Amino acid sequence: MLDSDSIEAAFRGQLGTFRLDVEFVAPLRGITALFGPSGCGKTTILRCLAGLRRMPGRLSVSGKTWQDDSSDVFLHPHQRSVGYVFQEPSLFPHLSVRDNLMYGWLRSSRAGSHPALDFSEVVELMGLASLLDRSPSALSGGERQRVAIARALLAQPRLLLMDEPLAGLDQVAKEEILLYIETLHEKLSVPVLYVSHDLREVARLADSMIVLSAGRKVCDGPVQEILERLDLDPGDGEFEAGVILEARVSAHDPEFRMTRLDHHGQRIVIPGIDLAVGEYIRLRIRARDVALAVAKPSAISVRNILEGTVLDAAQDPDTAFAEVLVDVGGGRLRARITREALQDLGLVAGSPVYALIKSISFDRPVIGRVARDT
Amino acid sequence: MSGLTDPSSLWPPIWLTLKLATCSTILLLLIGTPIAWWLARTRARWREAIAAFVALPLVLPPTVLGFYLLIALGPVGPGGWLAGLAGARTLAFSFLGIVIGSVVYSLPFVVQPIRNSFESSGDRPLEVAATLGATPWDAFWSVAVPLARPGFITGAVLGFAHTVGEFGVVLMIGGNIPGETKVLSIAVYELVETLRWTEAHLLAGGMLVFSFAVILSMMVLQKRMGSGGA
Repeated sequence: MLDSDSIEAAFRGQLGTFRLDVEFVAPLRGITALFGPSGCGKTTILRCLAGLRRMPGRLSVSGKTWQDDSSDVFLHPHQRSVGYVFQEPSLFPHLSVRDNLMYGWLRSSRAGSHPALDFSEVVELMGLASLLDRSPSALSGGERQRVAIARALLAQPRLLLMDEPLAGLDQVAKEEILLYIETLHEKLSVPVLYVSHDLREVARLADSMIVLSAGRKVCDGPVQEILERLDLDPGDGEFEAGVILEARVSAHDPEFRMTRLDHHGQRIVIPGIDLAVGEYIRLRIRARDVALAVAKPSAISVRNILEGTVLDAAQDPDTAFAEVLVDVGGGRLRARITREALQDLGLVAGSPVYALIKSISFDRPVIGRVARDT
Repeated sequence: MSGLTDPSSLWPPIWLTLKLATCSTILLLLIGTPIAWWLARTRARWREAIAAFVALPLVLPPTVLGFYLLIALGPVGPGGWLAGLAGARTLAFSFLGIVIGSVVYSLPFVVQPIRNSFESSGDRPLEVAATLGATPWDAFWSVAVPLARPGFITGAVLGFAHTVGEFGVVLMIGGNIPGETKVLSIAVYELVETLRWTEAHLLAGGMLVFSFAVILSMMVLQKRMGSGGA
């Protein structure tokens, strides 16, 4: 089956002691995250997609075959329409920022591909106008990575591959680049495959995700769905169960520095953020930050009390805990509570329930802006 | 001292030496670059064997190298066969012969720095270039060569200087034919043999100054490029 709007990939092979055996179909739109712990094969897959590494398998992008071992087709990297952002910015040290940006731009226009992106538009979007005449050695880490992203985009790729582009950056630069990537996502239509082992990044940026572990695919699908799944355990300590809710900014309260959000008619209050009323944001809510009550509590410091219905309650008999999936009218929440509490409250599928979330659990990194047409 | 010849007779060996060094350097870059590239990029197991072969002139006495070159260039060697195409009997004792000898003799001095430069810039810049749509040939010229510039400069200067300073190999395969193979080092040797010390002083002193200038400028250049954030 060849879908014209997807990436279809299958790679099978041995690399030293590491065995890669994956097969996936990813949408050719939005941001798709390749998520998993270090050493799970994310980068290898990305390199195979770019043609920088050859592993036995096949690959087609938007209906065009890039690799097919059965008919001995293998396009070399320069024959594939990909942009690649490496972990380290890897700018050409002998060229100015402008010439770095022009490198792929000139070659793609010479190849006659219709420029979907305008040079000055990308420079503007990535905030590079004042850096054009500098040498890469005179840039900060964050600026270099911005140039690298813009350079990859200007090669007019059909697909942009990003290999943990934030890994080498400090927290401030990370935050800055995240904002730029969100802007790209909003303004440009270039599909992105984004490798990361940081669930917060994935939750914030990605539309869909592929979860990998030890060279195999664990599952894939829309980010919201994957994060809701109770059985998901990629087997690494960094993974924290949680869900993503989308909500609209409805008001700001400057006195208490709070922002009010609307989620399908239910109110959520978070510490103040800088987004205009009407914008949509993404909240990642960890299961352990959600408490449940069967009656609506009053006189309580917890600001967010969402009405919902239990969809599923999964007990882990080896531990003290249970996870409850709650429908809060549109989105879903996961709550991690003790098995004892589950029994005391008598929660089963269908029970009405109140989900309690402390406003303070919405720290900045778990909030992301969402592009919407409304 | 009374038998002082016209000092203008010193010029032909100098011009010949410069001509030899220029031709050799150009050939050395043309031949050395692909060898350096191959040595830097290949994963072939016999890579180091080839590298050692290229480096042989570093340890071989010039007379040994000259002896083998003499055979190779002579009437029964491949050089003689080549010369036969042009109607001559041998490539030995000719300008072309000493150019070939110089190239072989100076090859390691050119290949090594260029290879080091190629290796130190690594695979990444080439991978970036490829993902930006550059063909391997394009990436070589637009990325690999500019990044290896310090290696090319070092290689070219060393190759040139080493050819200028060469004596043993030229003596073995070139002899001492004025205007054809009588280069500077040979001329100095001959002047000393014939006790013409004044001219020997002029030539030897000139060589001394030239060599010092070459080495000094190389060091300054390398220091500047090293700190210039290339």
